[in-house]
Amino acid sequence: MSNIREKISTVLPEAVIEDGDIMQVTVPDAKWHDFAKTLRDDSDLAFDFLVTIVGMDWKENGMGCIYYLTSTKHNTHISVKVMATGDREQPLIHSIHDLWAIATIFEREVYDFFGIIFINNPDMRRLFLNIDWKGYPLRKDYDANPDINPVSIENERQTDFTDVWTEDADGKVVKHERRIFKPEDFVVNIGPQHPATHGVLRFRTAVDGEIIKKIDIYLGYIHRGVEKICEGLTYPQTLHFMDRLDYFSAHPYHHCLCMLIEEAAGIQISRRAQVIRVLMDELSRIASHCLFIGTYCMDLGATTMLFYTLRVREQILDIMEKTCGARMTFNYDCIGGVMQDLHPDFVKDVHALLDVLPANIKEYNKIFTGNVIAKNRMENVGVLTRHDAISWAVTGPNGRGSGWACDVRKCAPYSIYSELDFEEIVREEGDSMARFKVRMDEMVQSARIIEQLIDNIPEGDYCVKVPKVIKLPAGHWFKMVEGCRGTFGVYLESDGTVNPYRLKLATPCLPAAAVVDHITEGQKIADLITIGGSLDYIVPDIDR
Amino acid sequence: MPYEAWKDNEYIEKLVKELQESGTNVVVGSLDKLINWGRSNSIWPLTFATSCCGIEFVSLGAARYDMARFGWEVARASPRQADFMMVAGTIVHRMVPVFRRLYDQLAEPKYVIACGSCAISGGPFKKSYHVAMGIEDIVPVDVFIPGCPPRPEAMIYGIMQLSRKIKVEKFFGGVNRQEKQEEFLKAHPVPGVND
Repeated sequence: MSNIREKISTVLPEAVIEDGDIMQVTVPDAKWHDFAKTLRDDSDLAFDFLVTIVGMDWKENGMGCIYYLTSTKHNTHISVKVMATGDREQPLIHSIHDLWAIATIFEREVYDFFGIIFINNPDMRRLFLNIDWKGYPLRKDYDANPDINPVSIENERQTDFTDVWTEDADGKVVKHERRIFKPEDFVVNIGPQHPATHGVLRFRTAVDGEIIKKIDIYLGYIHRGVEKICEGLTYPQTLHFMDRLDYFSAHPYHHCLCMLIEEAAGIQISRRAQVIRVLMDELSRIASHCLFIGTYCMDLGATTMLFYTLRVREQILDIMEKTCGARMTFNYDCIGGVMQDLHPDFVKDVHALLDVLPANIKEYNKIFTGNVIAKNRMENVGVLTRHDAISWAVTGPNGRGSGWACDVRKCAPYSIYSELDFEEIVREEGDSMARFKVRMDEMVQSARIIEQLIDNIPEGDYCVKVPKVIKLPAGHWFKMVEGCRGTFGVYLESDGTVNPYRLKLATPCLPAAAVVDHITEGQKIADLITIGGSLDYIVPDIDR
Repeated sequence: MPYEAWKDNEYIEKLVKELQESGTNVVVGSLDKLINWGRSNSIWPLTFATSCCGIEFVSLGAARYDMARFGWEVARASPRQADFMMVAGTIVHRMVPVFRRLYDQLAEPKYVIACGSCAISGGPFKKSYHVAMGIEDIVPVDVFIPGCPPRPEAMIYGIMQLSRKIKVEKFFGGVNRQEKQEEFLKAHPVPGVND
């Protein structure tokens, strides 16, 4: 850490460096783009992975962004705070879309929520809300009166143009219009109501015959404004939204927010609670990958696989139901531990699951993986290189299928993962088959983790005593866990009250959906289903 | 399922009374019964899911809950081939026009089931700026299934309620009404187009 600090103060003397859970550097906007380039390209820093951009509104102290960056080479983390110039009518920050590919979409998200304009971003449109939406919802002075933005059954206004803001020679910021598609492009609309988009996702696809030229991804069909709702709730109340983002990763997401709040409030949880949380995380990973395999095979035409994979999933749901009391939205992890103790049958049921799992995985491989049609449809289809995976921030099994060892459980171990013996599955091919096989093998590794823990669940409290009203000290924290679909990060800023000042959820599915345009370019339109399926995004997780 | 086991028999009895108030012709009435028997045992859903409830709907289709037992397994991706729409998940502002269009595209007679608390009232997202608070303002709803998400058993109960409703409906001259093309065009004028 100290050499990063030295390096930064030599590169940019005016940078203000603060220590925290992650080092934070404050940089003026005028120097930001050059500094970002140094952060990415300097071999001692090498921050090549942009985790998220957190838009912020500090009321009278101005608006700004916090960029979270990770170095895949040195496994170090840094955050950079950039204050927007200009007034609240038109706050401005320089774009970094040319350095990290995923920044284009992250910046659009910040623009949508806060109205911060990114100079030079080639696509400054709203991301989730309609073009005619009045106001920027995550600003603190947003007027949420439903009469201003009423529900309308009329079709929303659509446009073929996007805005680009650039600086002219005098340093004045001017707005241009840019066409999204070329005038001669033939654009096919896929979604939002389409059985193979796995939810309400819409692709505007420009095609040349059968070949895809460009995809414009159109989001927001299930944008529920979770981040804004959380600002009005107490900390324990915010937890239950974690179930409803990526509903398969309910346990890991809960785990993340609970850990973050516990860390901020200085609560130590018992060993028993930690073991239970990890067990639940891994069980949900198996259940999630099972459903992925089932639905993915169904997309490719092998309907039967769904019935085989859901058999295992139902067994896991039964185990969870006995302990948590629900099949899907568990709300099980709570601040201080878990909601209730394990069911007496838990150990027995998990053993029964572990007994049948290897045979099931063998069966899946026998039915599907070696199948010649499956091979032809998946191998060398939708290749994502390691470099692009990092630049597009595609984490989780998708990133590992491209040769990027990005498992948070290994590179930044949390809870008790550092004590456990398991392998990180990484494949080099980067195609749809690799992403599929990574998930297959991860189920085996998750089973291995469960095997190590199931017979040694320590005695103790399942939940420690916590204050009735949880108040966090003023400050900010960032925490990441490995969800079933990749790195899930939570940024929390507190102003010392019982409600979060800002809760930003950095979900893995937004990059996975954003990268579709890049991967499918030049591929056949029929392969869009294969590629989209193999990326395994969950639409409520993209839109939040 | 025995008649006494249902929880809302008063409602269905009231409905039957209302429907049969004007009396029925013996021939048409018997034909209605026959057709409704067939209709109520093969209600085809539209594949429509926005969030968590949709996954429980997938479970409903799989081997354990097996909705094929009831004749609901033919999930159609096109609204023009479907009988009812299971609104499984949150409907947000941007989705509303799309959702309304899907409903309009369903062929008559059509039914809507509001599944889960989001579709009923906005549910946990009641305070959100971008969620439609219940789908009843957008389309008429036949059955509500509470839960977050409802269990597959609850969904089975809900769709069985719908099938009970279909069974007592008046088919000829009732739900089988056909609008004449001229009447339709008169009621839905397109500006600038003279039919």
